[in-house]
Amino acid sequence: MATETPAELRSALSRDTMVINLGPQHPATHGVLRVRLELDGEKVLRAEPVIGYLHTGFEKTAETHTYQQATTLTDRMDYLAPMSNNLAYVLAVEKLMGLEVPKRAQYIRVLFAELTRLASHLVWLGTAVMDLGAMSLFFYCFREREIILDLVEATTGVRMNPSYFRVGGLAYDLPDGFHSRCQAFIDDFPRWMTSFRGLIENTLVEDRLRGVGMLNREQALALSVTGPMLRATGLAHDLRRAEPYCFYDEFDFQIPTRTEGDSYARMWVRIEEMYESLAIVRQVLPKITPRGPFMTADRKVALPPREEIYGNMEALIHQFKLVSQGFPVPKGEVYQAVEGPRGEMGFYLVSDGGPRPYRWRARTPSFYNLQSLPELCRGELVADVIVNIGTVDIVLGDVDK
Amino acid sequence: MILSIVILIVKIVLLIGILMGGFAYTMLLERRMLGFFQLRLGPNRVGPAGLLQPMADGIKMMYKEDLMPAAADPWVFRLAPVVALTAALSVDAVIPFGAPIHLLGLTISLDIANPSVGLLYAFAFSSLGVYGIVLGGWASQNKYSLLGAVRSSAQLISYELAMGLSVMGVLVMAGTANLEKIVQWQGTHHLWLFIPQIVPFLIFFITAMAETNRTPFDLPEAESELVAGYHTEYSGIRFAMYYIAEYVNMITASGLAVTLFFGGWLGFPFLPPIIWFLLKVGAFLMVFIWVRATLPRFRYDHLMNFGWKVLLPIAFVYFLGTAAFATGVL
Repeated sequence: MATETPAELRSALSRDTMVINLGPQHPATHGVLRVRLELDGEKVLRAEPVIGYLHTGFEKTAETHTYQQATTLTDRMDYLAPMSNNLAYVLAVEKLMGLEVPKRAQYIRVLFAELTRLASHLVWLGTAVMDLGAMSLFFYCFREREIILDLVEATTGVRMNPSYFRVGGLAYDLPDGFHSRCQAFIDDFPRWMTSFRGLIENTLVEDRLRGVGMLNREQALALSVTGPMLRATGLAHDLRRAEPYCFYDEFDFQIPTRTEGDSYARMWVRIEEMYESLAIVRQVLPKITPRGPFMTADRKVALPPREEIYGNMEALIHQFKLVSQGFPVPKGEVYQAVEGPRGEMGFYLVSDGGPRPYRWRARTPSFYNLQSLPELCRGELVADVIVNIGTVDIVLGDVDK
Repeated sequence: MILSIVILIVKIVLLIGILMGGFAYTMLLERRMLGFFQLRLGPNRVGPAGLLQPMADGIKMMYKEDLMPAAADPWVFRLAPVVALTAALSVDAVIPFGAPIHLLGLTISLDIANPSVGLLYAFAFSSLGVYGIVLGGWASQNKYSLLGAVRSSAQLISYELAMGLSVMGVLVMAGTANLEKIVQWQGTHHLWLFIPQIVPFLIFFITAMAETNRTPFDLPEAESELVAGYHTEYSGIRFAMYYIAEYVNMITASGLAVTLFFGGWLGFPFLPPIIWFLLKVGAFLMVFIWVRATLPRFRYDHLMNFGWKVLLPIAFVYFLGTAAFATGVL
């Protein structure tokens, strides 16, 4: 077509391949992913993801922020699962400082990390099925996600980038009546999942997904693929179980796995994970008392309470120093990862002893998972590329950072 | 003589008016229904309950700039939507909308033409519609359009045979290809043909969805894959022509299904025949919309497998059975 010169067209030896740009503005690339496809008819010979359209330089920006301020950057990377990113980051800083965090705060973190996972998987389910051409499920999934976002909003005041987890604990306590609202969601959700499954448990969806985007365990490990994609190849690797944080070892949950390694397996791993997340939420909610400590007692990290600031000189100075300069973090380096909805979400921090990180590196799961796209798409059809992008479940903010 | 020409012209104008109005309100119905299916309201701002929305859309389409890519083939690019729309409108010429009426001593049948090979005519013209898609996709000089065009021709050859075979049973049973006579046969035998021909009816309906490029067979314009497929480069009134063609095709396919399998205008006498016909067509349109709200899209090789390996053999075997039964072999 247009990119071929007439001379090439005339030549008998011209290869009949067509290079096509999928994206960066394309309805199914979930943001600004660009995939260069080399096609023979509709068969994909080569798929090459081209990334960087959403590069924001978070890692460099964070070096100019105090540790507490940098939390807000983590929200904006994987904007569908901001709390997981918060969690990985604050755990990393707390590990470096050896900070003691109240158990209640850790439980609330678990609660919101799992609610975030549910919200993120709901968006994934809606968009992945919309890529297949079925629109309605998208709206149903977003309605359920809206209920989770309402819970988040009631707690933090915002819906998308809450920055709720802070180094040392949480930004605010839970609002009044949170438990009953959350319980209502827990009770309601399985019913909706059943109706969602009614829309996707049919041969059309199965035909589109089964055997598409094969990735075996060796390839997955070689490509550093983590999360549901890895578990769909049969390896039950989940950081919540492998390296428990936030008292995850107290909860009873399964790690769903599948052995096929195709898109269908990835879909079902995620759907089963939603049930497991719901089980964790159900277990953790009664453990959280309606009122209680939510921030570390260490006054070198936690802001003094409001009433003290207005009456106590030392508290006022403390508040001013913490907000304007931040707190120093001991010299050293640390890596802490959590199991995000998309896989291993990790932070590698290097501290030079000052109040700002020397190096702030994010190991974002989508970036590594996207590496598998050329493997997944080789030899398949254009329609399958869309399926693969959908079941890899990328968030471009997470890829480009 | 002059009277019959006048009547013919009146009928043509009426038919095109009905089809255009039908298109406009099918589209509105679809958007509203999809809205309700998807927890939205759909367009409800223009006029009472959004009833004037089609006018607003039409005016908007007319005033949009008619863009053409620099590399496009200007003739074919301009002609293709016209082909698609003409083919779509022409099919309806043979579909009888109601029982023949008697006026001024004349018997006026409610179709424009009533050829003895009406069914063949309908099939011939409905297949022509794919030329509009293929030519439009080819002439756009856009890779997505090209893929859409290739897909639609692949789709055509996969469903067309099964579709043809699925109505053969009707032909054999009614003993005529004249659509009006097929309906009359169903009236005199008090038997709507979907009862003996339920399997061919289902095949016909599935292939009709493929012919109209509707979900789950909307491969040529698969939004999430090919941006907009064959009409990616079209804008303004030419885009509207494709859009109209799709909806008119839907109405036509529903009309054919009603005529062949559901007794056309026949119904209980408390409503006039034309209302019965329109009600039945409306019911089919609702099914089209319902399916669109529910199902995902086929992959194009699956569609070809489905057409060739499932629909075609079933249609063929059922047709042989019908033929054997009708001729008294069985």
